[in-house]
Amino acid sequence: MCLGIPMQVMSINGMDIVAATDGVKREASLMILDEDVQVGDYVIVHAGFAISKLDEREALETLELMRQAFPIEDIK
Amino acid sequence: MNYMNEFRDRRVVLGLAERINELVAGRARPMTFMEVCGTHTMAIYQYGIRSLLPSEVRLISGPGCPVCVTPNGYIDRAIAYSRLHGTIIATFGDMVRVPGSTSSLMEERARGADIRIVYSPLDAVALAGRNPEKRVIFLGVGFETTAPAIAGSIIAASAKGLANYLVLAAHKTIPIPMEILSSDPELSIDGYICPAHVSAIIGADAYRPLAEKRGVPCVVTGFEPTDVMQGVEMLVRQVVEGRSCVEIQYGRVVKWEGNRKAQAVLAEVFSVCDSEWRGIGVIPESGLEISDKYAAFDAEKSIPVKVEVPREHQGCRCGDVLKGKTSPFDCPLFATACTPEAPVGACMVSSEGTCAAAYKYGR
Repeated sequence: MCLGIPMQVMSINGMDIVAATDGVKREASLMILDEDVQVGDYVIVHAGFAISKLDEREALETLELMRQAFPIEDIK
Repeated sequence: MNYMNEFRDRRVVLGLAERINELVAGRARPMTFMEVCGTHTMAIYQYGIRSLLPSEVRLISGPGCPVCVTPNGYIDRAIAYSRLHGTIIATFGDMVRVPGSTSSLMEERARGADIRIVYSPLDAVALAGRNPEKRVIFLGVGFETTAPAIAGSIIAASAKGLANYLVLAAHKTIPIPMEILSSDPELSIDGYICPAHVSAIIGADAYRPLAEKRGVPCVVTGFEPTDVMQGVEMLVRQVVEGRSCVEIQYGRVVKWEGNRKAQAVLAEVFSVCDSEWRGIGVIPESGLEISDKYAAFDAEKSIPVKVEVPREHQGCRCGDVLKGKTSPFDCPLFATACTPEAPVGACMVSSEGTCAAAYKYGR
């Protein structure tokens, strides 16, 4: 369908933003987002709407937990 | 951090697979986890997740594809609208090739119907603004991730004073069907891989009744391969430790309370209603219909049209595939009479369909 992907906010114009990922730019509406965003923040864009802001602290925590699964040097 | 590459680390995927193997070693009874999100269906097939899991852990696909669970009658109605003079049908891409009872939107387009694929319902609103002499009907199909976007488009059209933008709404909500399937003895679901972006909207709290009252572990899981593996690992851990609660694996996006603003927009434009799910039947209070306040934007209420009597296709097993009772490979039509180029059922043609995923990645 229209998979929601993380995109970085490049510019904000009222309730609209321009966001980009991998060089692809897209306009999106902030109409249904419940958080404030700034240029540089990452949001999930789905069907032309920002639906969630990515939480960097949570992301780092998740990565940390994932990497605890193994000592890197043990993987062949 | 771009939030994608970091979560595709193959070493993490393998390390988590190793941990899962250790956790289930020696267990007599296999455990079955169901996902109910088309993007999870695709990710699991695309990344070969099943091949990394021990045989004691079974992953099955449920009714996670909104296009697939929408019965034929909806496409038939959309086709009937497309045949009306001065009507533009605007839709997400994968609806165009879904077979209705006797035709499809793609076939209608070949016969001259004006059917436009859009990325966002806001594009359809813009289309209505640019074509005041025509009416634009947007096909509103999707779960709770997409319904707020459609609600937003109706509010935007209302703010612009547009009288020619309408929505044919067939939105569905996922938690109630999850509860129904969890009590099906034929499935014996031991846990749910809960959807990522539906949960971003409705919040992880939405699954508490399932986990706490029905004892079914629920882990809200992201889409990257490391997310899926970690989500499965967290479910295995709950089963092995005899716990059943809601956990959030996809913490960088999903909150316990969800997105309150999107929920408010949904409540403003939609009301809960009963809804028919292909393969399962009518599930009370599992759908969303446009509320009376916005009836002017409701295609079904505003535009009378004659629709053919819907017919399901002989031999099509989409219903059982959507309930997780039949694997695509067990459908007699799979890859023979039913292929992505010539689909018999929606599961083979939708970009989130279980059969489409199996056909593309699983053979």
